[in-house]
Amino acid sequence: MSKVKSLTVNPDLCTSCRLCELACSAGHGGEFRPSRSHISVAIYPEDAVYIPMVCMQCADAPCIPVCPSGALVRDAETNAVLVIEERCVGCRMCALACPFGAINYWDGKARKCDLCGGEPECVRVCAPKALRYEVEERSTRTARQAYADRLRDSLKEVTS
Amino acid sequence: MMHAYAGKILRVNLSSGTISTEPIAADDARAYIGGRGLGTKIMFDEVDPKVDALSPRNRLIFATGPLTGTSAVASGRFMVITKGALTGTIACSNAGGNFGPELKYAGYDMIVLEGAAKKPMMLVIDDDEVELLSAAKLWGKNVHETEDLLHEQLGDEFKCVIIGPAGEKRVRFANIVNDKNRAAGRSGVGAVMGSKNLKAIAVRGSGGLTAAQPKQFKAACLDALDKLKAGEVTSEGLPKFGTAVLVNVINAEGLFPARNFQEGQFESAGKISGETIAEQILIRARACVSCPIACGRVTRVTDGKYAGSGEGPEYETIWALGADVGVSDLAAATKANYICNELGMDTISAGATIACAMELYQKGVVTKKQVGRTLNFGDGAALVDMMTKIGYRRGFGDVLAEGGARVAAKFKRPSLFMGVKKQEFPAYDARGAFGMGLQYATSNRGACHVRGYMIAPEILGNPEKMDPLTPKGKAAMDIAFQDLTAALDSSGMCLFTTFSIGAPELLAMLKTSTGFDYDMDEMMRVGERVWNLERLFNLRAGFTKKDDTLPKRMLREPMPEGPAKGKTVPLEKMLGEYYRLRGWDTEGRPTKAKRAALGL
Repeated sequence: MSKVKSLTVNPDLCTSCRLCELACSAGHGGEFRPSRSHISVAIYPEDAVYIPMVCMQCADAPCIPVCPSGALVRDAETNAVLVIEERCVGCRMCALACPFGAINYWDGKARKCDLCGGEPECVRVCAPKALRYEVEERSTRTARQAYADRLRDSLKEVTS
Repeated sequence: MMHAYAGKILRVNLSSGTISTEPIAADDARAYIGGRGLGTKIMFDEVDPKVDALSPRNRLIFATGPLTGTSAVASGRFMVITKGALTGTIACSNAGGNFGPELKYAGYDMIVLEGAAKKPMMLVIDDDEVELLSAAKLWGKNVHETEDLLHEQLGDEFKCVIIGPAGEKRVRFANIVNDKNRAAGRSGVGAVMGSKNLKAIAVRGSGGLTAAQPKQFKAACLDALDKLKAGEVTSEGLPKFGTAVLVNVINAEGLFPARNFQEGQFESAGKISGETIAEQILIRARACVSCPIACGRVTRVTDGKYAGSGEGPEYETIWALGADVGVSDLAAATKANYICNELGMDTISAGATIACAMELYQKGVVTKKQVGRTLNFGDGAALVDMMTKIGYRRGFGDVLAEGGARVAAKFKRPSLFMGVKKQEFPAYDARGAFGMGLQYATSNRGACHVRGYMIAPEILGNPEKMDPLTPKGKAAMDIAFQDLTAALDSSGMCLFTTFSIGAPELLAMLKTSTGFDYDMDEMMRVGERVWNLERLFNLRAGFTKKDDTLPKRMLREPMPEGPAKGKTVPLEKMLGEYYRLRGWDTEGRPTKAKRAALGL
């Protein structure tokens, strides 16, 4: 169980190229179409901040219990929250419940990141490695280490 | 249904306000690919090449390529094709950013603008809904203010191309900017937009694009992506230091022009290098759509009178606003860069025109009284001051707004203009790279580094190292570079990809996306066709062999220092061979046989 991988996002490394959006939309709908990508990069040019926004596959996912038709289920293998299209009634309760706005809706059905069955297309094309797909413990550790590095840098500035 | 292409051309007559669409003809798409190629064909078919660039009879074309908006690496580009206000030649200026892909998602490969509006207008495209709206409230605003106002009025999702005050006032080297800092820079395409009273185009698209062979296209894209990630220039040099990584390299090779090309090396190159930029002002990198390189520089100058933030400088800019004007103050050069982005001017021509004026001033040809201030090489304050004056055409800035060729001619020293066909040289002295000299002389849009980047073989050793100081073999290599670049531009892909990939990768992506079963010959012939069509446009505009030349300084004044010391460019030798290999007559005109072979 501890070997389950998760999709992690490090906005500090993102360059705003949006290849993830193109890979995602092509992988799921056969079209290069950012408006139908499950991941999208929020770009704040003035602040030089770029944040890839995507489903976090929450452990206690608020989208699952609000679904009246049981269309949202947890995939045992990848841990992804999936939409069973045949069950989805298109009520958009899940989109309402999601704190990240990570659930899309088009052609009458809820749509979301399914981790591409364990081989996320977005991760494959992310050259600066802002997106990673790795074992969960390690991913937390990576983020923690990155934060520690930043803290060290600022402490060095204070003490030097 | 067409794959990769959006399939439609949006045509807007600004005089009458008529808006219409027409399908892209598959035959034309195959013969010209798109972008630069297809745009040039429309110019050739519809515009009298002799027309004044600033008259309503000129067209202004925004064109994407078939790869634009797909996951092909660094393919998010669009081109602006028109008759250039600076040069009077065919113009094709290329920019990245987010505008090109968005235009295709809205359903259009190209926008063809005809006529001229009576009052300031903007074109708003929201998928199928296209309208011309008044831009009265935007006129006079700078590029950044305009984009903020457009986002406020229409929504953040709209991607915009904008002209600044420089374009409105028809500064001859005004550019067209998208994403605030990405410019279709050269040849005065912004002045043409200004002459049409068009302040901005805003576009939002919700549609998508398909590939003819999705699996094969994906494989071709991933192959190219992996090569860019493995290539040293595209994975290390450009991402870390931006294009200005070249400053120290080109300076060491002795072809980094200083003080209007009076010198071939700049003693303060280290102060304006990519490494120094990264150390002192870089906040982070920024990529255009679909680009794994991310050469864009988001920067901030924190202290002093030049404090500010924006994007840049990149290599050409830090040269034009640094070495060429003798300025070693990175903050001043960066400030001048920000002004160019905000007022909408090409940094190369703007800096180089000031450099030309500085030499005129140095030689006593123009006086302090005429300029209204001192104008010495190395004076960062003078650079920043003149830049603003040019953008608004104030005082002596109004004179400089005409570009270096017209300035030098006005003061009866035409030989002090450093450029070709009225377009200023970029940041390489041809006396240190002869093939680059041939390229400058023959480029269809005047002096330019991105029609055929001979610095790659002559200095960087890509794809093979050539001796820069011999004319031998340069004509053939230059032709190959020019044709490949024309095909690449037409596809929508960025030229910088060619540091790590080449024609085979481009061919694979083009074939599998469009479904046209191109082979290498046919793809390269598209490039050759585009090059010849541009040439025919220029010939009809009145250009002749005598315009395929270089300033006296390149031809007769020996390089004063460095590895190329004592050299001049042996242009005549190379030019004759170039015409012959091109299949042109001795006057540089494509022969009947050549035109027939290319279907022109």
